Amino acid sequence: MTRTVLEVRDVQKSFGAVTAAKDISVAVPEGAVFSLIGSNGAGKTTFVNMVTGYIKPDSGSIRFADRDIAGMAPRQITRMGIHRSFQIAQLCNDLTVEENMLLAGAIHGASGPSFLRRAHDPEARDRAVATLERFNIAEHRDRLVPELSGGVKKLLDIAMAMAGDTQIMLLDEPTSGVASDEKFPIMDLVMEALRSTGVTVIFVEHDMDIVTRYSERVLAFYDGRIIADDAPDEVLLDPEVQRYVTGTPA
Amino acid sequence: MDLVATILVDGLIYAGWLFIVSVGLTLVFGVLNILNIAHGSLYAIGAYASASLVGAYFAAGGQAFPYGSYVALILAAVLVALVLGPLLERGLLRFFYGRDEVLNVLVTYAVFLILEDVMKLIWGVNPYFVYEPYTLLGDVEIGPLFYVGYDFAVIAAAIVVGLAVWLTLNRTRIGKVVLAVIHDSEMSQTMGVNVQRIYLGAFMAGTFLAALGGALTAPMISVTPGLGVNVIIVAFAVVIIGGLGSVPGAAIGALLVGISRAASVHLLPEAELFIIYFVMAIVLLFRPEGLFAKTQVRKI
Amino acid sequence: MRSKLFLGATAAFAVLAAGSVILPDWAMFLCAMALAKGLVCLGIVGMMRGGVVSFGQGLYYCIGAYTATLVANSFGVSDIFLLTLLSALACLLVGMAFGPLLSSYRGIFFAMLSLALSMVLYGSLSKMSVIGGTDGLNIAAPTFLGWAPEGRPLQTALYIYVVAIVVIAGTLMRIYFDSEQGLITLATRDNELRVEYLGASVRNIMTYNYVFGAVLGGIGGTIAALALGHVDPEFAFWTTSGEFVFVAILAGYLSVPAVFVAAIILELVRSFSNLYFPNTWQLALGIFLLVVIVLLPNGLGSLVGRRKGNAA
Repeated sequence: MTRTVLEVRDVQKSFGAVTAAKDISVAVPEGAVFSLIGSNGAGKTTFVNMVTGYIKPDSGSIRFADRDIAGMAPRQITRMGIHRSFQIAQLCNDLTVEENMLLAGAIHGASGPSFLRRAHDPEARDRAVATLERFNIAEHRDRLVPELSGGVKKLLDIAMAMAGDTQIMLLDEPTSGVASDEKFPIMDLVMEALRSTGVTVIFVEHDMDIVTRYSERVLAFYDGRIIADDAPDEVLLDPEVQRYVTGTPA
Repeated sequence: MDLVATILVDGLIYAGWLFIVSVGLTLVFGVLNILNIAHGSLYAIGAYASASLVGAYFAAGGQAFPYGSYVALILAAVLVALVLGPLLERGLLRFFYGRDEVLNVLVTYAVFLILEDVMKLIWGVNPYFVYEPYTLLGDVEIGPLFYVGYDFAVIAAAIVVGLAVWLTLNRTRIGKVVLAVIHDSEMSQTMGVNVQRIYLGAFMAGTFLAALGGALTAPMISVTPGLGVNVIIVAFAVVIIGGLGSVPGAAIGALLVGISRAASVHLLPEAELFIIYFVMAIVLLFRPEGLFAKTQVRKI
Repeated sequence: MRSKLFLGATAAFAVLAAGSVILPDWAMFLCAMALAKGLVCLGIVGMMRGGVVSFGQGLYYCIGAYTATLVANSFGVSDIFLLTLLSALACLLVGMAFGPLLSSYRGIFFAMLSLALSMVLYGSLSKMSVIGGTDGLNIAAPTFLGWAPEGRPLQTALYIYVVAIVVIAGTLMRIYFDSEQGLITLATRDNELRVEYLGASVRNIMTYNYVFGAVLGGIGGTIAALALGHVDPEFAFWTTSGEFVFVAILAGYLSVPAVFVAAIILELVRSFSNLYFPNTWQLALGIFLLVVIVLLPNGLGSLVGRRKGNAA
């Protein structure tokens, strides 16, 4: 039995009349790879947003590292080791790829960001480039963000989130905005980089091929609820999932 | 009891004036998304234009029918709007739509600086007096207190302006289009609204309201250089309190500031200017976007 | 890399200090005032790097000036080092009080709230007749660690003093701009969400920049007060703050020396316009500002900088 790293219990959230999360309970074992599926508005991103602090749940608890993190600020949750990527990659457009990475490194540095130490310190640059290499985007290091392809932006977004001591990584649609022939290579790259660190991964995905190929367990969302929670093959055969999520019998 | 009444009446008079000078500012911000520092200059130009026009009216024998000077006042504001509205909007501001809000404040600050000197070039630096319209309406007696009738005319004008703006926005077709543009100009453009024309119209309306504020004030004061500076400072406070872009907000903001200032003048005269910004700071602490502003949540 | 910076700072000091020999009295006074105001503008530039612009930096310029004047007049302190230190301290405290409050505002709201604070000070000072009301107060000439020069030596000493402060402050700010915190500031301007999700506090960053701006503003105000020998509420008036913003925009946020070059340009333009076109100086300034906004959106600094964020 592996240890449970994240435990979400009875979480509720509604925006006015719209229920975004209803009785959400999940236990995520350490080192697992989970995927979240469901149509738009089913509650996947709300789940990610609640775990990472962008949205405060109305009730329920989210336990991580012996603490209830529900309602904490994103910054605090990030510092504890839960990181995320975004549907639309969140990068600094006026900075180069390397500078974006240096930024992540500066914030995660052991002593905290300094007022004196140069951001472009050679050691820091080496570290930044090493992370970029892990995600195979070091060749773009001197380019500005707006010049990058969708795939490279996604990879940089994830690489920045992995600069610190990451224990749980939530990927919000890692392949959206990526050209279709790049999807598998990018997922291969990301999953390999993530697995090598032993991080627990939770990703939101619409492409069922990616879901079956990369995740060990699937949570299917519908109308703010989890309607199925099992291995990919089982979930995709679930009649409710077929009716509400995948649309066609598998 | 007298003191409360005095504060209320003084506060209402000041609020009326404040509303007239602020509503144009908030309207322009709502539509163009530009916080127009030059609004203060337009106010001052309105004051000069009305001083000149009213002066000319009496010089041309207007004594025979002195009430005609009120027409001259309003005509002055219309003239300012017709000349400067298109000049500034078409000639300058339209190149800055969609740019950074703070940058746009600087653009209008530049316009403010330019207009300050242009006024000196046109009207010189000596004061203008046109007191006739001010004394024309006689005095009003409320209990033991005397007020100049013209002051109440300003309140009436504020109510008329407020109703006119509100009715135009909410009860006419063009007003609904303007509200749509305020809500989402990109969407309106794709729906086939001629946004350019709405922008020009709104800016001219804003210019007219600024100039009208100046024109109505001219008989109450000596019109001198530097008039616009103080106006823009209080108008900003009113508009920020009410929420940028909100017409009802400007009315509430004007009342809040007007009454607080009147109370301060009678109870604690040292705090007159302080109180305006004190009210603004308090409101912003509890409602960071102002009382009536639309709040947006970013989707990630 | 650091050695290049210190070399540049030394060179800048040498060149500016040489001015004390070459410049005539009026020009030395003009430069001293421009450099003092440049310090205030440097503070605005620091905030601009984080994406906000203070339209009320006159607040600290004025607090600095009045602190020095009141301390000098009430306690007979005339030492310029002590006066500068006390003013900087006063501004540090006020900045630390308002900084956290303002740190959650952006754009127009930050600009207008900072403006409001300076106007509150302006309004209060104007009504306080005990400390001179709108007429303001006079402040005696400073002494330098016991030395009390007069005439040209006084002017020279004051000028060298402001040059030294400018070079030290400029160097420190450059180190800060290039530091890890400096990079976080630039990132905040760009994408706050990213910064928060990396685990840094955007509000803290905003507060640091605000407090640094407050201290720089106070030092600038102190020196300006000593150079003029007089302070009045106009120090906090919004048009004063407007000129600071003007210089910051003209300089852009890429280069530190550009801030002081821009400040000197403004003072030169002002004194020549005052001389030749006394009634159209604001007109010239307004047109100048528009031209800068249109033609040099990143300011003078972009003329020498290699690329955004990397300029020397």
